[in-house]
Amino acid sequence: MKTTLAPRRRGLTWAQKDSVWGYAFVTPQLIGFTVFVLIPIVSVFLFSLESRNLLSGKVSFIGLDNYGTMAARDPLFWKTVGNTLIFSAGLVPFNIALALLLANMLARALAGITFFRAVFFAPVITASVAWAIVWQFLLQGDRGPINQLLAALGITGPDWLRTEGWAMAAVIFSRVIKTVGLNTVIFLAALKNIPTEYVEAAQIDGATRAQVFRRITLPLLAPTTLLVTVITVIGSLQVFDHIVMLTQGGPANSTFVLVYYIYFQAFKVFETGYASSLAVVLFVIALTLTLAQWALRRRFVYNEV
Amino acid sequence: MRSSLSRARFSNPFAWMRHWRAYLLMALMSVPFLFPFWWMISSSVKGLNDIFLFPPPLFPANPNWSNFVEVFSYQPFARQYANSLFISTVVTIGVLLIASLSGYAYARIAFRGRSAFFLLVLCALMIPAEVTIIPNFRMMTALNWINTHVPLIIIPIFGAGSVFGTFMMRQFFLQLPREIEESGMLDGLNRFGIFTRIALPLARPALGALAVLTFLASWNAYLEPLLYVNDLPLFTLPLALANFVDAYGTPLWHLQLAATTLAVVPVLLVYVFAQRQIIDSFMQTGVKG
Repeated sequence: MKTTLAPRRRGLTWAQKDSVWGYAFVTPQLIGFTVFVLIPIVSVFLFSLESRNLLSGKVSFIGLDNYGTMAARDPLFWKTVGNTLIFSAGLVPFNIALALLLANMLARALAGITFFRAVFFAPVITASVAWAIVWQFLLQGDRGPINQLLAALGITGPDWLRTEGWAMAAVIFSRVIKTVGLNTVIFLAALKNIPTEYVEAAQIDGATRAQVFRRITLPLLAPTTLLVTVITVIGSLQVFDHIVMLTQGGPANSTFVLVYYIYFQAFKVFETGYASSLAVVLFVIALTLTLAQWALRRRFVYNEV
Repeated sequence: MRSSLSRARFSNPFAWMRHWRAYLLMALMSVPFLFPFWWMISSSVKGLNDIFLFPPPLFPANPNWSNFVEVFSYQPFARQYANSLFISTVVTIGVLLIASLSGYAYARIAFRGRSAFFLLVLCALMIPAEVTIIPNFRMMTALNWINTHVPLIIIPIFGAGSVFGTFMMRQFFLQLPREIEESGMLDGLNRFGIFTRIALPLARPALGALAVLTFLASWNAYLEPLLYVNDLPLFTLPLALANFVDAYGTPLWHLQLAATTLAVVPVLLVYVFAQRQIIDSFMQTGVKG
């Protein structure tokens, strides 16, 4: 009998089925994203409105009090903000200047140049904990290799990691060496995109190497420099492993940076409410920087070749 | 071949010396990059007393290989090494799976809400992961997953890892010519077939790059393991390295540097052989934003 055959289902078109596949494809990521990123971001704002101690379990809603504490009653907060600024202000220009220099060196067609590229990049793939351990060893005051080397030259090196001022400088220096390779290869790729005719034309006109760099290379690298700067600034706000391993915020809180302070409040003194309000501050800073980058970029697009 | 080319160009074997100033500058600049590695490796075979000798021998005369044995008895280092390998591998597989699916959909498939969803993902790209550690920690506590490897696996897979992965895979699939997939449509493949049989095999370079970045990020992670894991046998490598200290927190340098060498050198060896691919992978992080 014909009736035993199931009637043919009113089929979806290919495009309709396709959009179902679309939802199926993005669903795992979207669910995970909602649970582990979206909800936590909303929660951190809500948590920042309460006083909560993870150990005692005491919770009370206190409105914006955490922000009031931060602004008026917590000198350590301002200290960490200042330290973070000093860290970024020291790290970013140093990192970018060094990356530009290294990229320009590596852009020359010399035999064995890939060896040097590999050397400058090697710290990037090394675990920052491992890197910091070695630098902690190198930077020891009394018998560290760096100070012994300086002693051989007749210089008495300070106890780098335990002296105010030097500690921040040492953290910045070791961090720049760790991360500069990434910016270097990004600049290197951008340099290779600059048409050689521009440089050759300038050289025919008698421009020196420094003039070519200042008048041609640098302006053409501007969009890359902007991007690299923003990535580096945001990265510098997130420094944590280095601080934990090298200084633990010391000496005299001189390397106590914002992310370390969030960790300290949340997981050392267990004030998760207050720590959440600090995390909100970090969020706002990162957001502002990214929006600024987008705004600046729109202007820079005009100048792109 | 690159080497034969450069040999042809420098037919005079000493021609490179004309650029001695460039080489000298590069050699000098290399010092702070190479010195830590050299010191780490050479110190890993020194006794605790020889470690501060100055000037140091290029390589110790009587290498003290017992450091490498002691590393494994001081704490369950083999187990910790295996933990890191396991976690990083699972995270990498998970991120590749999830990110290639969603990245492909955002690049190719027309469905309602696509641009809104993608904009959300894009916004999450720029949020430092540290912002969400407190809510995530409380969630993991509520689920009773503290002191297990579960948070170290699922948070990177579904959080920051797949956010960046989705973005990267979308960029790749966007620049893949559509015509390649049209033949699949004509053959009657559905979207899943097109994805697995046509698009995914072509995405091997992008998947490789994402795998390198994800594996290393997980392998090198410190903050998350520090929060979520307390017991020595559950430690990952970075936690274990930081833990070669005496009761007062003073590092046991000979052990710590030997362990660090064991953790870093395998990665460096892979890097020596796949330098170009690894550097290219990292450059993908520079194109975001």
